[in-house]
Amino acid sequence: MRLILHVWRQSGPNAPGRMVRYDAPNVDEHMSFLEMLDVVNEELIKKNEEPIHFDHDCREGICGACGFMVNGVAHGIQPRTTVCQLHMRHFKDGDEVYIEPFRAVAFPIVKDLVINRSAFDRIISAGGYISTPTGSAVDANAVLVRKENADLAMDAAACIGCGACVAACPNASASLFTGAKISHLNLLPQGRAEAGERVRGMVEAMNSEQFGNCTNIGECEAVCPKGISIENIARMNREYLSAIWSERPETGGGDGG
Amino acid sequence: MPEVLTTPITSPKLDSRIPEGPIQDKWETAQFKMKLVNPANKRKYKVIVVGSGLAGGAAAASLGELGYNVKCFTYNDSPRRAHSIAAQGGINAAKNYQNDGDSVYRLFYDTVKGGDYRAREANVYRLAQVSVNIIDQCVAQGVPFAREYGGTLANRSFGGAQVSRTFYARGQTGQQLLLGAYQALMRQVDAGTVTLFPRTEMLDVIVVDGRARGIVTRNLLTGQIDVHMADCVILGTGGYGNVFYLSTNAKNCNATAAWRAYKRGAYFANPCFTQIHPTCIPVSGEYQSKLTLMSESLRNDGRIWVPKNAGDQRRASQIPEDERDYFLERRYPAFGNLVPRDVASRAAKAVCDEGRGVGPSGLGVYLDFADSIHRLGRHKIEERYGNLFEMYESITGENPYEAPMRIFPAVHYTMGGLWVDYNLMSTVPGLFVGGEANFSDHGANRLGASALMQGLADGYFVLPYTIGNFLADHRPDKLDEHCPEALEALTNVKDITKRLISVNGKSTVDELHRHLGKVMWNKCGMARNAAGLQEAISEIRAIREEFWKDVKVVGTDGDLNHTLEKANRVADFMELGELICRDALTRAESCGGHFREEYQTPEGEAKRDDENFSFVSAWEYKGASIDPELHKEHLTFEHVKPSQRSYK
Amino acid sequence: MSTATLNTPSRSLLGFYSTTLGKKLVMAITGFILVGFVVGHMAGNLQVFMGREVFNRYAALLHSSAGLLWSIRIVLLASVVMHIVSAIQLALLDRKARPQAYVKWKSTKSTYASRTMYWSGPIIFVFIVYHLQHLTTGRLHPTQPFPGYHMAYENVVTGFQVVPVSLFYIFAMVLLCMHLYHGIWSMFQTLGVAHPRYTPLLRNLAVAISFAVLAGFSSVPLAVMLGFVR
Ligand SMILES: Cc1cc2nc3c(=O)[nH]c(=O)nc-3n(C[C@H](O)[C@H](O)[C@H](O)COP(=O)(O)OP(=O)(O)OC[C@H]3O[C@@H](n4cnc5c(N)ncnc54)[C@H](O)[C@@H]3O)c2cc1C
Ligand code: HEM
Ligand code: HEM
Ligand code: SF4
Ligand code: F3S
Ligand code: FES
Repeated sequence: MRLILHVWRQSGPNAPGRMVRYDAPNVDEHMSFLEMLDVVNEELIKKNEEPIHFDHDCREGICGACGFMVNGVAHGIQPRTTVCQLHMRHFKDGDEVYIEPFRAVAFPIVKDLVINRSAFDRIISAGGYISTPTGSAVDANAVLVRKENADLAMDAAACIGCGACVAACPNASASLFTGAKISHLNLLPQGRAEAGERVRGMVEAMNSEQFGNCTNIGECEAVCPKGISIENIARMNREYLSAIWSERPETGGGDGG
Repeated sequence: MPEVLTTPITSPKLDSRIPEGPIQDKWETAQFKMKLVNPANKRKYKVIVVGSGLAGGAAAASLGELGYNVKCFTYNDSPRRAHSIAAQGGINAAKNYQNDGDSVYRLFYDTVKGGDYRAREANVYRLAQVSVNIIDQCVAQGVPFAREYGGTLANRSFGGAQVSRTFYARGQTGQQLLLGAYQALMRQVDAGTVTLFPRTEMLDVIVVDGRARGIVTRNLLTGQIDVHMADCVILGTGGYGNVFYLSTNAKNCNATAAWRAYKRGAYFANPCFTQIHPTCIPVSGEYQSKLTLMSESLRNDGRIWVPKNAGDQRRASQIPEDERDYFLERRYPAFGNLVPRDVASRAAKAVCDEGRGVGPSGLGVYLDFADSIHRLGRHKIEERYGNLFEMYESITGENPYEAPMRIFPAVHYTMGGLWVDYNLMSTVPGLFVGGEANFSDHGANRLGASALMQGLADGYFVLPYTIGNFLADHRPDKLDEHCPEALEALTNVKDITKRLISVNGKSTVDELHRHLGKVMWNKCGMARNAAGLQEAISEIRAIREEFWKDVKVVGTDGDLNHTLEKANRVADFMELGELICRDALTRAESCGGHFREEYQTPEGEAKRDDENFSFVSAWEYKGASIDPELHKEHLTFEHVKPSQRSYK
Repeated sequence: MSTATLNTPSRSLLGFYSTTLGKKLVMAITGFILVGFVVGHMAGNLQVFMGREVFNRYAALLHSSAGLLWSIRIVLLASVVMHIVSAIQLALLDRKARPQAYVKWKSTKSTYASRTMYWSGPIIFVFIVYHLQHLTTGRLHPTQPFPGYHMAYENVVTGFQVVPVSLFYIFAMVLLCMHLYHGIWSMFQTLGVAHPRYTPLLRNLAVAISFAVLAGFSSVPLAVMLGFVR
């Protein structure tokens, strides 16, 4: 099939960007979306032009490196699918495809479709962990975990940190990403000791990274390739409120340094 | 073997530093003998960790925690995206939670046997020992392993193992383990003990007075090339499967770190030990950019078959039971569909060579779940493999609940890597190597769910000790970033970059890489022979020349430039590929992942030659135009007596 | 835990409000109060259908105790102010979070109501301001019989006989309905009430209340225009 692409080209962080029209003459239905772009890029290189830059690595929907807007939807319209797993059989001959980077002030554009998502790393470093020095652990079966909790924690932990939730959110809020990590850790007995400090630290980090506020619109959950539910945002809110409520100023709360 | 035979001598340059004493006590003895660094001094030691995967990430986090001054480098935009994230099936540990007769000794035994007797017993035993601590550590970190209703951890049996010792988190075990290490790492970053360098690629090792003292890196965003000095350097840079172009590895996986270290004096061990994974989604066209693995765990409930007669064009559903050949169950009654990867892969290749392969390309076999769905019910299968089935459907557009999956072997893992001693130190003092990047524990073939185990063992429980031991012997001295060795490495890197850009030919990097990959796959893939390997070597040389004459790299070296990055990596593959073939050629036996057609049993099984090849081959770089020199580390087996592997 | 989070702002009340979640909590609580008033007010208004005496007696009742009346008024006023202030602060934050809009953006799941809270809200506010002038002080329509609540019934009837006024009321009620359609459910989400079994029920509750409010309030101007109430 033949496709018309409109791709956001931007040579650098501070350079002005614009949509550029490209022709993708022979697209195979078995190609992945990225393979389709590979082919376009090979042509560009041969024409001595710079290829369209986009982040990618595993191409299996697990590393979270890939991700951009396809026709106005993060990762494209196929539900629960990263763009590297989006296959061309979902398009038809003659389609016009708009390709734009994820947009948020917290995700500055590096080049073309490549963005900088290090804000997510900083949110994690503000409490998205359980403080267990290597070698200090008790036997793995010493602490039992309800299967329900283990499963809920796993659901939340499935987040791949792709940033689609932020991209799709009209407020550019990172609540789903942050809520997912807080849920994952706070749902487990191992994570309770630091639960309050964790949620407070991560919420404040999320704010200081200039992500927007969540008005419970729900676009994030719809585009999330891992189907993370906004139930996790509610859980974050609940954990946050109870952390504030149970705050004892004189004690520093759980200390994990 | 009779004594009269001259047992091969280990090259004096290869001191494996295996501790004395009975194998059960070796690691403990070693730990006790190790010198310790005064806690007050730890901060003064600079440690460079290249890689943020299971090995690198775990090491960086643990060393930072101990108080060392750690710098961690990764070419990914976040440490969380290291290739370990892609591991699906699970991680082994000798916990014996299922009370099915597992033990440290059994895990050790299985791993040595599975590796076809080409691994170091002492290392493997240590691996089995620390495997139990790994699970404890990960659970404490909040890794959400699968659990039983009682709240205890669940296990499953995994390719080749007859006990249930594999821990798993749905089909995303690697992701969860890596996130655990990543979170531990970010905790140290927050504490200020570890400095992160994402989107920064290491392009050379700096060796001063025969000791690794630093690295040269390129900032992938700005093109800036820098020198970083340290008291020791750790590589956790992963495997080199992408030398075949098509593999299950992530697109950016590469051998550059290991290869440039090799050129600085680190020996490269067993490069020809590459693993072909039996259960991958078949190639669908020229444009194919990578191959997708379908976790081995699928073989627990799926049955592998092809039509009995060649050229049978009917759809799977229309082929009656008695016209199906469940060839693994037929050839290996005892293990059936669970034979080790190398065995399963070759069997699949064999039936396809007979023209009985399925799918458009004829390069595929069926993996059929009809029986187990019938037996266990669809929801049970969904619970076990749900996300894998989804992945399969999203890629092929076929629903594996209805029609059987089509699978075919693909390059997956590289047992070979930089040679290291018992302390994971390479032949360059101060240069340590962990995870898939080293050659250590899997011999000629890796068992499923053992790489995650090894990566974390190296990172959490081995390197933190052995690094301390090494540093205790070396005062934290002033490091000069402008020493001649550093400047030489710096200019070397700059030259390579400049050269790549200046060629400005007509072939794209991918075209040349694909070409190399085809040669490797056809002549150094699942089955190899002397003639083919010789051809391969000369063909690779030709492609390499073409590369440097005709490669086209657009853009500048002053900003983000994926083409340049790729070219840099492929340039090294062009050299590594030749070494792999050379190693395959000298190893005139069949063992594990290395199958030489000249050496097979009448039934077509791999035929080892323990008399002449019970050694690790370690290659020493001698210079661009000079052949590398082969050194041998003789392997002795006191506990697991070598026998012809039989899974019948 | 982490050096960055020791002595975090959220340890003080002001600091707590400085986070988005703090502001959201204020919106939820004030929103809740406002909803409570709206529902009660609607119930009261429906007495219009029970005739003049009943309604004016009810109005008189409301005004019987100045203390009570003013405390209610103060709570309402405070709520609206806090609700609006935090809404505006959050709105500004959200604008900043995405300075450059997408060339193409497509909604996949969200409701129109949820995406227009920042519009429906202010319009409701404008309505309230107008409404107070219209039926509490009567300043806007000198033609109306007043003074105040003693003739509340007459004021309502004559007020709504002016068709454009009634239409504006109904228009405002539709927006209020939208605002609550998302708002009430959102309120629970904000307060962290989320449960696989009960969340769907809350969603329905929100829908029920919002449409009840629309129907209840609009019925009055409609009835007047159609002449049922005169
Ligand atoms: C699809 C798939 C499934 C698998 N499933 C399983 C499984 O179920 N069980 C199992 O045990 N094993 C499995 N494996 C194998 C296992 O995942 C890997 O062997 C293991 O994760 C390797 O970890 P590592 O830390 O050694 O390297 P990696 O995780 O590959 O990390 C390499 C790191 O080094 C960095 N790096 C590399 N070169 C440079 C450079 N020059 N400069 C800077 N940084 C650099 C990278 O950025 C990355 O951070 C699987 C592998 C694949 C491909
Ligand atoms: C006067 C101007 C108003 C503005 C600017 C405004 C704006 C908003 C905004 C932006 C939200 C956030 C939605 C969310 O976060 O989910 C909201 C929530 C809400 N509003 Fe309003 N609103 C206004 C008036 C009102 C009135 C008069 C009522 C009641 C009659 C009301 C009831 C609610 C409720 C119940 C919520 C849900 C609270 C929450 O989501 O936490 N609002 N409003
Ligand atoms: C058709 C719908 C409505 C009717 C017929 C109506 C009627 C009235 C009347 C008659 C009064 C004066 C009562 C008195 O002075 O004793 C009043 C006051 C008021 N109404 Fe409404 N109203 C309507 C809708 C609304 C809505 C939707 C809101 C808010 C969102 C609202 C908010 C108020 C407020 C705040 C007052 C002032 C109460 C006070 O005196 O403190 N009204 N309304
Ligand atoms: S929550 Fe979903 S969309 Fe957001 S980062 Fe995680 S995986 Fe991506
Ligand atoms: S779309 Fe945005 S508003 Fe909240 S629910 Fe999702 S983050
Ligand atoms: S490339 Fe890894 S998720 Fe798409």
